[in-house]
Amino acid sequence: MRAPTSGPEVAAGDVLLAVENVSLSFGGVKAISDVSLDIRRGEIRAIIGPNGAGKTSMLNVINGFYTPQRGRITFKGQTRSKMRPHDAAEGGIARTFQNVALFRGMTALDNIMTGRTLKMHRGFVWQLLRYGPAMAEEVEHRQKVEEIIDFLKIQDIRRIPVGRLAYGLQKRVELGRALAMEPDLLLLDEPMAGMNLEEKEDMSRYILDVNDHFGTTIALIEHDMGVVMDLSDRVVVLDHGIKIADGTPAEVKNDRAVIDAYLGVAH
Amino acid sequence: MAQNAAGHLHDLADTFPKLLIRNADQFRSKPAMRHKDLGIWFTWSWADMLVEVRNLAVGLSILGLQRGDKIAIIGKNKPRLYWSICAAQALGAVPVPIYADSVADEMAYVLEHAEAKFVLAEDQEQVDKLMSIADRLSHVQMVLYDEPRGLRDYDHGRMKWITEVQKLGADKLAADPGALALWQAEVDKGAASDLSIILYTSGTTGRPKGVMLTNANVMISADNGNKFDKLDENDSVIAYLPIAWVGDHIFSYAQSYMAGYCVSCPEAAETVTEDRREIGTTYAFAPPRIYENLITLTMVRMADAGPIKKKMFEYFIEHARKWGEKILNKQKVPLGARLIYWVGEFLVYGPLKNRYGISKVRIGYTAGEAIGPEIFRFFRSLGINLKQLYGQTEASVYITAQPDGEIYADTVGKPNIDVEVKISPDGEVMFKSPGVFTGYYKDPEKTAETKTPDGWVHTGDAGFIDEKTGHLKIIDRAKDVGKLNDGTIFAPKYIENKLKFYPNIREAVAYGDKRDFVCVMLNIDLTAVSSWAERNDVVYGSYQELANHPRVYELLAGHVAEVNRSLAEEKIMAGAQIRRFLVLHKELDADDGELTRTLKVRRGFIADRYAPLVKALYDGSSEVDISAEVTFEDGRKGMLSARVKIADVQTEPVSRVLEAAE
Repeated sequence: MRAPTSGPEVAAGDVLLAVENVSLSFGGVKAISDVSLDIRRGEIRAIIGPNGAGKTSMLNVINGFYTPQRGRITFKGQTRSKMRPHDAAEGGIARTFQNVALFRGMTALDNIMTGRTLKMHRGFVWQLLRYGPAMAEEVEHRQKVEEIIDFLKIQDIRRIPVGRLAYGLQKRVELGRALAMEPDLLLLDEPMAGMNLEEKEDMSRYILDVNDHFGTTIALIEHDMGVVMDLSDRVVVLDHGIKIADGTPAEVKNDRAVIDAYLGVAH
Repeated sequence: MAQNAAGHLHDLADTFPKLLIRNADQFRSKPAMRHKDLGIWFTWSWADMLVEVRNLAVGLSILGLQRGDKIAIIGKNKPRLYWSICAAQALGAVPVPIYADSVADEMAYVLEHAEAKFVLAEDQEQVDKLMSIADRLSHVQMVLYDEPRGLRDYDHGRMKWITEVQKLGADKLAADPGALALWQAEVDKGAASDLSIILYTSGTTGRPKGVMLTNANVMISADNGNKFDKLDENDSVIAYLPIAWVGDHIFSYAQSYMAGYCVSCPEAAETVTEDRREIGTTYAFAPPRIYENLITLTMVRMADAGPIKKKMFEYFIEHARKWGEKILNKQKVPLGARLIYWVGEFLVYGPLKNRYGISKVRIGYTAGEAIGPEIFRFFRSLGINLKQLYGQTEASVYITAQPDGEIYADTVGKPNIDVEVKISPDGEVMFKSPGVFTGYYKDPEKTAETKTPDGWVHTGDAGFIDEKTGHLKIIDRAKDVGKLNDGTIFAPKYIENKLKFYPNIREAVAYGDKRDFVCVMLNIDLTAVSSWAERNDVVYGSYQELANHPRVYELLAGHVAEVNRSLAEEKIMAGAQIRRFLVLHKELDADDGELTRTLKVRRGFIADRYAPLVKALYDGSSEVDISAEVTFEDGRKGMLSARVKIADVQTEPVSRVLEAAE
């Protein structure tokens, strides 16, 4: 398989996405206060924190689902105060969701195929006819999707409606759909939530493989501290919407503020 | 026949590479190999495959593989792994396939023992295993791999992607006209008597032994198998069993090269059934448990089906049970029954076979261990020509097989073409054939133990020739066979298997060696017996209570009596009927050491652990108290006490039956 985007030759280093002084509130509730963080090309970046720390809000800001009241987002050198989800997707940001969000009645194959929607060039009528150039295009997309199916080792469930699959497999299909977009930045919202140990180990392997094989930059939110420390290159810790630490897993693990936040010191 | 082995072969094609060249000429564009990848079947004709193998062979010779070198092949069923077998043989090197699931330690032993110079590992998983034992491998010079994923960052000093090796060969052949002649010259040097492959047998005791087979061994055995079942270039198989196992080497390699039929490699281990369905294979091979799984899946699905479907399924399966085998065996069947069977074929049997992917299977084999007669008959009643076979690595597979139309659930068939079988005075099965191995690699002692100077091989299995059918019956491993005090042969596994074929019986442990008579301990199958209990208004509160219920004893006594009747019909076994039995109050469990991890009963351990029970079986008491330690799933231990009843069973009068038989 060919690395679809930033090849492995791109050294982890230059900043792919930067969030500067972002604040987000819902009415009177402050979800994020004045947080800055950056995601470098080729790295696995984790965002952790206790419940209600603002992790998912941060992910939603990054992919444009929420618009922050203050602050700037720079993605691939382009700065904007507002990013719409559609722009984010076209710009190369893909994501998975905390609660699997697939089309349950459709097969695993079709679900992953939907990840190619943005890459389809022929119009609706062409697609409807499935003829000539549209067919050729579909074959090309199918090839890409099959590569992903092979990569994630889900050949045996290709034709099974995802609603009938075990939870761990659904998560894998969802990852497949995100990969089908050939993203520059992959956002994973609690990829291991609700999984058993074996499924967690499998998923960790796939996350590392995606990063290694496709060179995809990954930002993930995760509850399981063990997983985060093993997987990520750098970790940012949020608590009550404030950034309290940022660094390598080893640095973060020994940070006083982080320990307090996790063990629950009175504020 | 055996003496003149080489003369048996085609004059020109007496090695596999020569056969490949012959096939490329004779069958040309007929498919030789298929592989499903990225959801699509890729096909190589015999002509294509010759090019692939030739490129690979030339590439390997550039990298330094020479005549007499060993190349280990580790991985699942993939085209390039099969090609590497032939490519190595073309250079006069010896392929040594290794089980893909062997742990690093076993792998290290085999690689060192075989002195493997090259290793072809399928993927990162296998390469990682090799890395972990690298310091113990003194002969390995080069590691090749088939699946590059994850291996990009590995040190490529002594590693190469097999596709690059093929490219190396292709470039050489394109640039240098002499390379083709050189390849041909290397192939021509091969002879029928050359070592063709070393297959390591996974010994249950001690270290694995390397069985050396020559080209003549493998080719004649494969050819005889083809003749026996009339296999030709229009047949088709799917390769899904371990390539290190002799069965796969014969079915997916040797017989294909000899007959010219196509071998298909599945996309993944989990997709075999689906892939088989797409290909429509005509020749199939599977151990009993695979057939068992298919039936279980069907029954589970049917339990969820609507009432009409269920009724239809039950009616036609019952009809098939009655008439299906007779129709398959081409016996006389009334027209009415035949017509209903046709309707059943359309409504039930056809769709079912299609689901299993075996609609087109002409010949299906089961081997490896005893298959339940019910399971065997189920498939036969659907019109699938499922047969039994008895073979060994040391025989290049074929010892006996069931000829079409002579099928019995409890025999393994008649000696195959060119094979002689005899029973030694102490009851061990021995054979002699052109497929007999030349010896164990670097182990003349073991070779001498197994093979007599005049070419007879000890199988280690106890068996006898059934007088009614002339077929061989295998009763047990010879070392497990004991004797009752009156001298009657006692084969525990044979008796246990007969009992275990009843769905209500989950496990059975038979005792009788150096005793006056045979007794068994039984484990009920909770699923089967509890559903029986529900249907028959038997009330119980726990496993223990159910196991000890008088009506369960009645039920099982009926099964034991039936087993006795069936034992009484066999002259050798008739004296070893079951006199007394008991039902254990707990399930035998690997966590308690009562079963091995592969779920075989540990007879000796159980006898020690339940010594009071064994004593009671033989001292005539009708009840006994027992308490034993149990290990719960979370690792905690507890004591389980119970009062276990012992039941007597009526035995069939031996003398009467024997007289009747004579």
